[in-house]
Amino acid sequence: MKDILLKVDNIIKRFDNNTVLNGISFDVHKGEVIVVVGPSGCGKSTLLRCINALEPIQGGSITLEGETINPADKNLTALRQKVGMVFQSYDLFPHLSVLRNITIAPEKVQKRNPKEVEKEALALLERVGLRDRANSFPRELSGGQKQRVAIVRALCMNPDLLLFDEVTAALDPEMVREVLDVMLNLAASGRTMIIVTHEMQFAKAIADRVIFLDAGQIVEEGDPISFFEHPQTDRAQKFLNTFEFESVKNHEK
Amino acid sequence: MRIDVIVRYLPLFKKAALLTLKLGIIGIIFAILIGLICALIQYYKVPIIRHLVAVYIELSRNTPLLIQLFFIYYGLPKIGISTNAEICGIAGLAFLGGSYMAEAFRSGLEAVPDIQVESAYSLGMSPMQTAFYIILPQAISTSMPPFMANVIFLLKETSVFSAISLMDLMFTAKDLIGLYYKTTESLFLLVVFYLIILLPVSLLGSYIERRLRYAGFGS
Repeated sequence: MKDILLKVDNIIKRFDNNTVLNGISFDVHKGEVIVVVGPSGCGKSTLLRCINALEPIQGGSITLEGETINPADKNLTALRQKVGMVFQSYDLFPHLSVLRNITIAPEKVQKRNPKEVEKEALALLERVGLRDRANSFPRELSGGQKQRVAIVRALCMNPDLLLFDEVTAALDPEMVREVLDVMLNLAASGRTMIIVTHEMQFAKAIADRVIFLDAGQIVEEGDPISFFEHPQTDRAQKFLNTFEFESVKNHEK
Repeated sequence: MRIDVIVRYLPLFKKAALLTLKLGIIGIIFAILIGLICALIQYYKVPIIRHLVAVYIELSRNTPLLIQLFFIYYGLPKIGISTNAEICGIAGLAFLGGSYMAEAFRSGLEAVPDIQVESAYSLGMSPMQTAFYIILPQAISTSMPPFMANVIFLLKETSVFSAISLMDLMFTAKDLIGLYYKTTESLFLLVVFYLIILLPVSLLGSYIERRLRYAGFGS
């Protein structure tokens, strides 16, 4: 077994009296791709936000390479540099060009050489097919292009772990593909990723392990083939059935 | 209306216009500084101080400039602070303008979506870096229309300065009317000089707003 990169240990997350995450535990090994699925409101996004210390947790612990992630920590920015996150809504900085969106954090946060960062950013843009949009502004891009830039922006920090929070949920169907392809490429190059998604076909293709979350708890966990083909729990079975459609054609007669 | 009278009065009005402009600009610069600081205090919800800021904003916005000037001009010497009319004028304008600018900047700050802040944090930026590189640039461009409106409003408010015997445009016009009864010429020059000062500001304002609209954010 490869080294453990991230350890989520029995975390509890409450908003007032509403328990959103109730004792979640799992490990992420280096190079592993975890897909988290589950019905809306099951706590998937909250889980990612806790891992990136955007939400404080009320119990348990999250450790990245042995260092505890704690939102009250002074050393938070150092930890966050190791964890890249891409959000559902297009969250590029609207007042900065595509290139600047990507280079600002490596330059200002990691204090890297601007020339070198720019070279890397352009190379990454090339890889996602957006080299010619480097000087455009976010408003000039389509949703899919924006999301690819957001992925590049996270990548340019050279994070150890990438978090994807329903990154295709707000996209038109034909734009979903271009974003998912970028993610498949990342998985193929050995990136460690945690992906929250509703694209089941994609989940099946990319996941090393699937975690099924419901009501703040891990209901089922396993490799994608057994999870999608032979779910062990009724809850997972029921959830997966919502993605199947029975033909209604014969009723029309 | 006699042209020779207008020509004779012209240097007096020019001098008054320069004073109006000088006090107006300095006052507005201070108002911007006060406004920015107050807006940031409210945006970051700094404990205790933000309540003081709220009191200041209400006090400043709900009292007329004339009365604020009287308090500063006649009140300060009573508690042993000696000052002169020019400083009082600047202080009055800054006191009034600070709250208007604070409201303009605050609306701009609040219009920056949370996701922008979270994105910056998730890239490892500190709260300071996030404010400087992400929040402020966006907030300032959204608050540009109310900001320009405030600048024009404050420049016009300087006409109250004549009440504390500052020889601004209003004072000069009233003075000349009182001395020589050349009402038409004096009032004509008064209007013309205010327009000379304010029209360029107004045009600059619409230019900036147009530029910002082209650079419009959104998705």
